[in-house]
Amino acid sequence: MPLLTDRKTQPQYDVIVVGSGAGGGMAAMILALSGVKVLMVEAGRNYEPATETPMFNTPEMAPLRGDRTPVRPFGHYDATIDGGWQVPGEPYTNKAGTEGDFWWWRARMLGGRTNHWGRISLRFGEFDFIPKSRDGLGVDWPLSYGDISPWYDRVEQLIGVYGENDGIANAPNSSPGVLLPPPKPRLGELMAKKSGKQSGVPIVAAHRAVLSQPLDWKNLPAQLFPGNPKAQEIIGKDMMLRAPCFWATDCIRGCSIRANFQSTTVLLPPALATGNLDIITDAMVREVIMENGKAAGVHYIDKKTRRDAVVKARIVILAASTCETSRILLNSKSQDKAGLANSSGQVGKNLMDSVGTNLGAHIPALENSPILNEDGAGGLHVYSPWWLVNEHSKLGFARGYHIEMGGGRRMPQMSSFSRLDQTSPGIYGSKLKEEAKRYYGASFSFSGRGEMVPNKDCYTELDPQVVDQWGIPVLRFHWKWSDHEIKQAEHMQQTFAELIEGMGGKASPKSGREAIQRPGEIIHEVGTARMGAKAGDSVTNQYCQTWDVKNLFLMDGSVLPSNPDKNPTLTIMALAWRSCEWLMGEMKAGNV
Amino acid sequence: MSENLSRRHALKWLAGTVAAPIALKAAPGETEPAPPAYPQRYTLHDPDFSKALSGPWDKLMTEAELKTTTALADLILPKDEHGPAASEVGVPAFLNEWISAPYERQREDGEVIRGGLAWLNTECFKRHAKPFEELTADQQSAIVDDICGLEKPKPEHRIGAAFFTTFRQLCLGGYYTHSATWKGLGYIGNISLGGPYPGVPQDIIEKYGLQEVA
Repeated sequence: MPLLTDRKTQPQYDVIVVGSGAGGGMAAMILALSGVKVLMVEAGRNYEPATETPMFNTPEMAPLRGDRTPVRPFGHYDATIDGGWQVPGEPYTNKAGTEGDFWWWRARMLGGRTNHWGRISLRFGEFDFIPKSRDGLGVDWPLSYGDISPWYDRVEQLIGVYGENDGIANAPNSSPGVLLPPPKPRLGELMAKKSGKQSGVPIVAAHRAVLSQPLDWKNLPAQLFPGNPKAQEIIGKDMMLRAPCFWATDCIRGCSIRANFQSTTVLLPPALATGNLDIITDAMVREVIMENGKAAGVHYIDKKTRRDAVVKARIVILAASTCETSRILLNSKSQDKAGLANSSGQVGKNLMDSVGTNLGAHIPALENSPILNEDGAGGLHVYSPWWLVNEHSKLGFARGYHIEMGGGRRMPQMSSFSRLDQTSPGIYGSKLKEEAKRYYGASFSFSGRGEMVPNKDCYTELDPQVVDQWGIPVLRFHWKWSDHEIKQAEHMQQTFAELIEGMGGKASPKSGREAIQRPGEIIHEVGTARMGAKAGDSVTNQYCQTWDVKNLFLMDGSVLPSNPDKNPTLTIMALAWRSCEWLMGEMKAGNV
Repeated sequence: MSENLSRRHALKWLAGTVAAPIALKAAPGETEPAPPAYPQRYTLHDPDFSKALSGPWDKLMTEAELKTTTALADLILPKDEHGPAASEVGVPAFLNEWISAPYERQREDGEVIRGGLAWLNTECFKRHAKPFEELTADQQSAIVDDICGLEKPKPEHRIGAAFFTTFRQLCLGGYYTHSATWKGLGYIGNISLGGPYPGVPQDIIEKYGLQEVA
């Protein structure tokens, strides 16, 4: 099914959704399945995973053997097309004198950033919703884990998440039968698990949005959409068409067999099948337009013709990604110079990314390791949830991190043989090939993904001087890590070193300040329009409805009041689903 | 080139002129002027994955440089029971593509490689009055042994040694990223498997002493 409508729009819609990623895709699908007429407006181009996914392409078919370049930062085959930390014609700036430039990743394509990600799908836990109550920092959420857990179940059942229930504090179990069985660990992952046992770091099955077996298309639709036979039929058919993983190729390339989750393969096809969704792509939203104190539609630039256009609806949902959503609000100045929905002054504030750092090493025991097919699920099979959740008083920093890991016999890349400079100098000819074979796959590395605490120095605002090629004022970022993040990165390095040494490798951990990755580099930016319990200090209520404009909703990472170590995508989807159900109730009641 | 213009700076400038439509810096600057709109699909930023693509930039190596590159690459990774020769899987063309790319890292490698190739041929001329590719196998090996970094190189071979290290690393990368070499290396992925992921066989679990965690 082509994923593009013909750029013709209806005169009036119930809802406009800006953005087609995790939040926008979920919102559009839930609403369309319930009979709501939806127009989706996407800034990027149309994208068809079925024909555009280079799943089995080999490096010799790509420039520079597919290696990373400034233009393709994750390599040639990364599914992010027309995007990256730099997008031609769409600059952003960093305030001079702030510490460390923020990198802003954009994916200008249908499905947005869901086309490229690790598919790591971890629930926020009970403690993650009450961070301030626990350590006095940041703010608590306006909802509890109990409020959102049924929605996590639903999202996991819909998209398909493999994993296990481990009963670890603040790493919640799913309801029985929700998770798909995880794939068995690879050799290096088993060695890491053994090392973790020695050093007290639990290593358990990862939770990833990849089908390890077909979805139960006979029973799940009725559970997910009770009383909605049309939705059941559409979702059932669509689930039947999704193939389970065949244990080859990297998830970051996207998945044309629809085994892993991306908005373009899981949310948009059933949404379009309802006939209730129109999508226009290449439409760069400039602002929300207002009439009589209510949102009336959006003003966008048609990138193909460079013409301005307006589309209208009863309700507007922004799901353009954390920073882009704030940018649209700040650029919508019809009422207030501070930007739309910004009476609290919190739009653009509280910008957070995950704390990231990594450490890898050579593992001698893996030299000349047995020849195994270690492609697996195209990403990690095991991970470590944060295990010191009750020991913060001893650590010297707030919040925690989880550990991702990997290594072994992956598809060779340009950097796979750099170790030979140290191990095998002076060798060439057939002997060099023996050395390459000996050391190939003998590296293993750990990456931390940690929670940062929101601080007043991390925010974004409109640059007073710079516009993009569409004439829209661009964002200017401000950034400063606090000691919590630096110390956390240091702790990660020490933990990774211990795990590596337990595997028989020799590690060289760095200091936290040296090791911490750039802000924006982990691509988990959230905040900037946080939800809260009252209008004075937040932008939306717990249903993503802006306090100031009753028919304007924000359904992406922008509403997150904190950024737990768990990757945000699953939570963005659970919040969007829950908010859309609430929104439909409000529509029926005539409140919006 | 003016003397007070640093090499790195010059490379940046050069890169900027070669690839004007794309922002080459990995990190955003203070402010950057908006580049012009790009009306059509940009080959690298938005590639067509259904077609094989080699770097769309001009290739810098001369015929003579390519000949030397081919001879040296095949000496480093020859055809043998482990697999094809470097030239059979396109390593010389890959090296040409790499050193010609409009990115800082590749340009720096390019200076080392092209300078090193010239150094190598001068050394060959001094010893045998012939370029590297026309020497006998023994003569080639004798020169490579002087620069391959097995022992600490003599001062007069230092440039050659630095060149050889970069050249060998690029050859290894280019060679093993070609699917025709994977069998010899022991990579057996990139093929679809049915059913659950098989995991590690029991005998290997036991060999590595991993029973308690498997």
